[in-house]
Amino acid sequence: MNWMYDPWPWYVSGPLIALVMFLLLMFGKKFGMSSNLRTMCTICGAGKTSDFFRFDWKAQRWNLIVAFGVVIGGFIAKNFLSTDTSVELNPEVITELQAKGFASAGQAYLPELLFSNTAFSDPKIVLILIVGGMLVGFGARYAGGCTSGHAISGLSDLQLPSLVAVAGFFIGGLIMVHIIFPLIF
Amino acid sequence: MRSIIYLVIGIFFGIVLFKSEAASWFRIYEMFQFGSFHMYGIIGSAVGLGIITIQGFKKFKIKSVDGTSIHIAPKEKSVSRYIFGGVIFGLGWALAGACPGPMFVLLGAGYLPIIVAILSAILGTFLYGVLKDKLPH
Repeated sequence: MNWMYDPWPWYVSGPLIALVMFLLLMFGKKFGMSSNLRTMCTICGAGKTSDFFRFDWKAQRWNLIVAFGVVIGGFIAKNFLSTDTSVELNPEVITELQAKGFASAGQAYLPELLFSNTAFSDPKIVLILIVGGMLVGFGARYAGGCTSGHAISGLSDLQLPSLVAVAGFFIGGLIMVHIIFPLIF
Repeated sequence: MRSIIYLVIGIFFGIVLFKSEAASWFRIYEMFQFGSFHMYGIIGSAVGLGIITIQGFKKFKIKSVDGTSIHIAPKEKSVSRYIFGGVIFGLGWALAGACPGPMFVLLGAGYLPIIVAILSAILGTFLYGVLKDKLPH
């Protein structure tokens, strides 16, 4: 059972993600995580400001339950299904990240610089998390989906718009890592 | 009853995202540096198997458990919204190192600063709703 506690290889994880999509479709639903962000806006009363948020959010209750399950899954995986959560990265990437100030590269699941509790006391880090989060939320709705809706569901259905969106995801990611990161880290 | 099924599917998905390291900021960075096949393998194998699944649904006219036909709604035709929206999303994905699914995973795993990113993602969604009619689609 040791394999369970080690990081799961891509050829196990990828097919299991496809299984999640399969199960949701079999239950008459669809696979899309970012829709929950819109539902949360509606629950908070955003319908007063924009008709984009005027819909019957109770019809999306099932997806909120999936998202709540994902939170629980993260808790279970971290606390009961992992012994060592450090990520074995490409050694060159580790060297590069350490030179940028990410001392925990190769030794942790997430960079301590951004995700340890000291992050709250550094305005620059808080700003990075705010900007990153806002871009994700704004971009996902603008593009009509995120990694689950476009990259997995849309591409699986051979939808051209999803291919364009996923190309956009990669262009954005490459710009951030190769052009903007050298300016901020 | 159905609620429990959705909860179980979500828990399973959360475990897969954490254990696959797709919820690791480092893995996302490494992907955009082309430093490892790992993330490409995850997305590629999920899509490969997904294509076979969807084609199978269509060919054999598989019905959902409720007897309704299964289909993924076609996305509306446009190029600009997918390019602009996609690039904006990608910028955030690389900066926060997490897309919406992994954000929920990291919350459960107890990395508290992700709460800032989640609240900001909700705010970003709200801003899109407000500005939507002024944006090229």
